[in-house]
Amino acid sequence: MDNINELSFEQAFDQLDEVLAQLESGDLTLEEQVTMSEQGKLLATHCQKLLDSAELRIKKLESDGTLSE
Amino acid sequence: MTDIFSVEGVTAYIRSLLDRDPPLQDLWIQGEVSNMKAAASGHWYFTIKDSKASLKCVMFRKSAERQIIEPRDGEEIRVHGRISVYEQRGEYQLYADEVQPAGGIGDLYQRFEQLKAQLESEGLFDEFNKRPLPDFPLRIGVVTSPDAAAFRDVQNVLVRRFPLANLILSPTLVQGYEAPDLIVRALNNLNRYQVADVILLVRGGGSIEDLWAFNDEGVARAIADSAIPVISGVGHETDFTIADFVADFRAPTPSAAAEVATPTIDDLRVEVRQRTEQLTRLSSDYIAERRADVDLMQHNIDGASPMRYIQDMRQRIDEHSERIDSYNKRTLALLNERLEARRKALDNAHPETLLKRGYAIITQSADGKPLSSVTEAQAGMGIIIKLKDGDLTARIEDSDSHGQYKRTLF
Repeated sequence: MDNINELSFEQAFDQLDEVLAQLESGDLTLEEQVTMSEQGKLLATHCQKLLDSAELRIKKLESDGTLSE
Repeated sequence: MTDIFSVEGVTAYIRSLLDRDPPLQDLWIQGEVSNMKAAASGHWYFTIKDSKASLKCVMFRKSAERQIIEPRDGEEIRVHGRISVYEQRGEYQLYADEVQPAGGIGDLYQRFEQLKAQLESEGLFDEFNKRPLPDFPLRIGVVTSPDAAAFRDVQNVLVRRFPLANLILSPTLVQGYEAPDLIVRALNNLNRYQVADVILLVRGGGSIEDLWAFNDEGVARAIADSAIPVISGVGHETDFTIADFVADFRAPTPSAAAEVATPTIDDLRVEVRQRTEQLTRLSSDYIAERRADVDLMQHNIDGASPMRYIQDMRQRIDEHSERIDSYNKRTLALLNERLEARRKALDNAHPETLLKRGYAIITQSADGKPLSSVTEAQAGMGIIIKLKDGDLTARIEDSDSHGQYKRTLF
């Protein structure tokens, strides 16, 4: 799995949902369950952090497809 | 001597006459366009004429860029403006500020209704053709003018509501005859370069002419063709444009469009918190379930244990033992019975019993041996006759080995 701190909110949120789905399936060994659960907590914390520090970025689409600040 | 005017003077005088004449300062003129020239400066120069006369017209950039139609040679149009003099050339001309198709605003409404009916019949307004809006539009394409109040409104809403997003401005003009083509290009660019998850097509309030670009057929088709969902937010609550009908979602204002497009950051906090709680619950559920599993296994193991078999066997052995015991008892009793019978038989055969019944036992006095046959007896032999209550000592008088004497003398 990617380094959690580099994930976008959407990625982290999606992964969090995947983790929850796996946990809900109940098809895990105890060790997997514990690992997954920890992973989920880190993802949730990361999401929270991103929400706390979010700042709208504005870019302009040029006619050649580049994005300028 | 008559006064001599300068050219400048008389021209200024003529101009002042025209400028002071109310009807000439606010008039509509209808005619056919010729010599239309759009200068690099953005000004328009053209002539309108009818069969008898022609009139030079100029429209400066500020007005020209707001027009919803561009005059074309040979077209019948209406022009509004004031008559004045271009002094350098000594020409009077119409300083135009508005052009309309020959039928005027009524014509515009008619075109609007025609286009609306046409697009509707093609299914461009159908609900099932509308694309769903994304939950997390992290890239929000905004098609508007960077100078427009609408752009600031959208920014303000996004900063407050969903600052996680990137706002991608795809700049365009939002009014004037050039606006439709630019709007189409701005929409197409966002699609071509795949840089947005949702598009806000926005413009602030204005007159119907100001909003006319959003009633353009090309714009309508570009919205319908967009692979990215489009939210329109044009004018005010009461303004409806063709773009609104084609858009995947129609918001009443630019701000509303930005709100519709995005979740609030507070909602997201709630979502994240719910998931955190779900994590905790799933963990404890998991432990509880595993514990139940272990309990069940323990139970099953107990059920399958040899201890159980051994216990069963013990019980069976006990049962068997009891059966054997009772069998033994019965056998013993039977044997006792038989033994008793034999004892009785034996008792019956006992010498003493015989003696009691009147038999006698004879032994030889000399050696105590039983005398059981006459052949052993000799006359004169001493014998002891044992009766039930004592012994007799006697002597044999005679013997008869041939059974001639059936009698023994005592």
